[in-house]
Amino acid sequence: MEVLPLAEAIATHVCDGQSIALEGFTHLIPFAAGHEIIRQQRRNLHLIRMTPDLIYDQLIGMGCAERLTFSWGGNPGVGSLHRLRDAVERQWPRPLALSEFTHAQMAVAYQAGASGLPCGLLRHYAGTDPLHAPGASLRTMHCPFTGADLAAVPAITPDVTILHAQQIDADGNVLIRGILGAAREAAMAARRVLVTVEERVEALPAEMNAIVLPSWVITAASIVPGGAYPSYAQGYYPRDNAFYRAWDEIARDREGFLAWMQRHVVGVRDHAGLLRALGVAA
Amino acid sequence: MSSPDYSRDEIMTVTAARQLRNGAVCFVGIGLPSAACNLARMTHAPDLVLIYESGTVGTRPVVLPLSIGDGELAETATCLVSLPEIFAHYLQRGRIDVGFLGAAQIDRFGNLNSTVIGAYAHPSVRLPGAGGAPEISTYAREVLVVMKQSPRSFVSRLDFRTSCGYLAGGGERRASGCPGGGPSAVITDFGVLRPHPESKQLQLTALYPGVSVAAVRAATGWPLQVADTLESVPAPEPAELATLRDLHARTRIAHARPVHINL
Repeated sequence: MEVLPLAEAIATHVCDGQSIALEGFTHLIPFAAGHEIIRQQRRNLHLIRMTPDLIYDQLIGMGCAERLTFSWGGNPGVGSLHRLRDAVERQWPRPLALSEFTHAQMAVAYQAGASGLPCGLLRHYAGTDPLHAPGASLRTMHCPFTGADLAAVPAITPDVTILHAQQIDADGNVLIRGILGAAREAAMAARRVLVTVEERVEALPAEMNAIVLPSWVITAASIVPGGAYPSYAQGYYPRDNAFYRAWDEIARDREGFLAWMQRHVVGVRDHAGLLRALGVAA
Repeated sequence: MSSPDYSRDEIMTVTAARQLRNGAVCFVGIGLPSAACNLARMTHAPDLVLIYESGTVGTRPVVLPLSIGDGELAETATCLVSLPEIFAHYLQRGRIDVGFLGAAQIDRFGNLNSTVIGAYAHPSVRLPGAGGAPEISTYAREVLVVMKQSPRSFVSRLDFRTSCGYLAGGGERRASGCPGGGPSAVITDFGVLRPHPESKQLQLTALYPGVSVAAVRAATGWPLQVADTLESVPAPEPAELATLRDLHARTRIAHARPVHINL
């Protein structure tokens, strides 16, 4: 594990054509890392995330992605992800292939990847169309003990998983507090793990069963205060629900979206620049 | 008749809340289901156990979350578990009494579409997709659906079946091996639809005050049947309305609060 500036971590470890998972379920979404990928103009990425959220709307709208693996693609409580929709419905700025699952399916697919298994298992489904959707790859198999029908989902093993977390200690161990989603499984399933954190501390204030990623499973870490904004970091800052609502208008048309991205992401040096441009940080 | 002192949204939310019995374990979707579940918890069902798919178990939010995973849900939860756990240990294992869902389309047998309008490969509208809905509709002992009723949303044929209701009706759901009981009520902005005991076809069982059967039929994309006994839904009580309006007012203030980050 090495601690690197975020731009260097992305430049070193994220390449064109890779499969990458920026995880964190509503909470701890690694926006700063996603924005750096946009600044460095990565292309042909296979983006993996249960809930694409605003960060993948932005990556897709900026032309970074050729495939999306996901299970729920909306702006939670607000409505559509307009850039995702534009890519699927009108192939702008480029066609986007979809691999679509349910949350439960992606959860076991990450678990399988994290466990070194070729597939994850669920009880058999009856009567839902995702089984037959072109992008989905569910297969039915039988329990060798009981003969029960089971649904198998291929393991997800990202080239790179990127997480945001609260703290890293002097030895490089990382603490996550609050809503987890499938962040831990996505990290353990990946070939490389990048982490951004709110702050570096001497020793972690971790309870005995706390969620800690030991330093030796992490490839590189970067200290990025506010790195999850407009998502949130429990104990540091809340989700900016007003921004999530405002995004609906910002992303609705192509020109408005591109102008916003130019001004707030491409045209600033780093995440602190975005936070200042939005008036969120002094 | 004078116009009521409540909106269609309000009576829909209050009616949905009344379906929940105290002590039930409820898997909550975002939006109207979340408002209804929390209203129930704040009125007649203080021991309702609310579970959101973000892994927050037994959460008691003071303001409504905008997303399924706001910090408010984590801070007020009995415990936090990972997403694989919530779907495996709680839902698939059969620990959920009531699942609460919305959708873009519903058919006469309570099957739901939240995936696409049009063909899957070339959709005219790409909807968010499945999320947790297929497993909720499969495993919850009972499913409540809350949806605004119109011919565009209550359709004779779904563009895509994301989540199963009673499939083609009758005993087909049971025969397919779905462990959960299926939708027990669809609460709309006109009244309540429930499945016929035999055919499982949704029929109109209750109307809001001042709503006509003709109006509900006009808002339904199939020939809607009416139950032998058509009930009238009591108007929201003042206490229910006051609690719901306070909840929405607190939520609006909380969601508009500016975020500040110290670099």
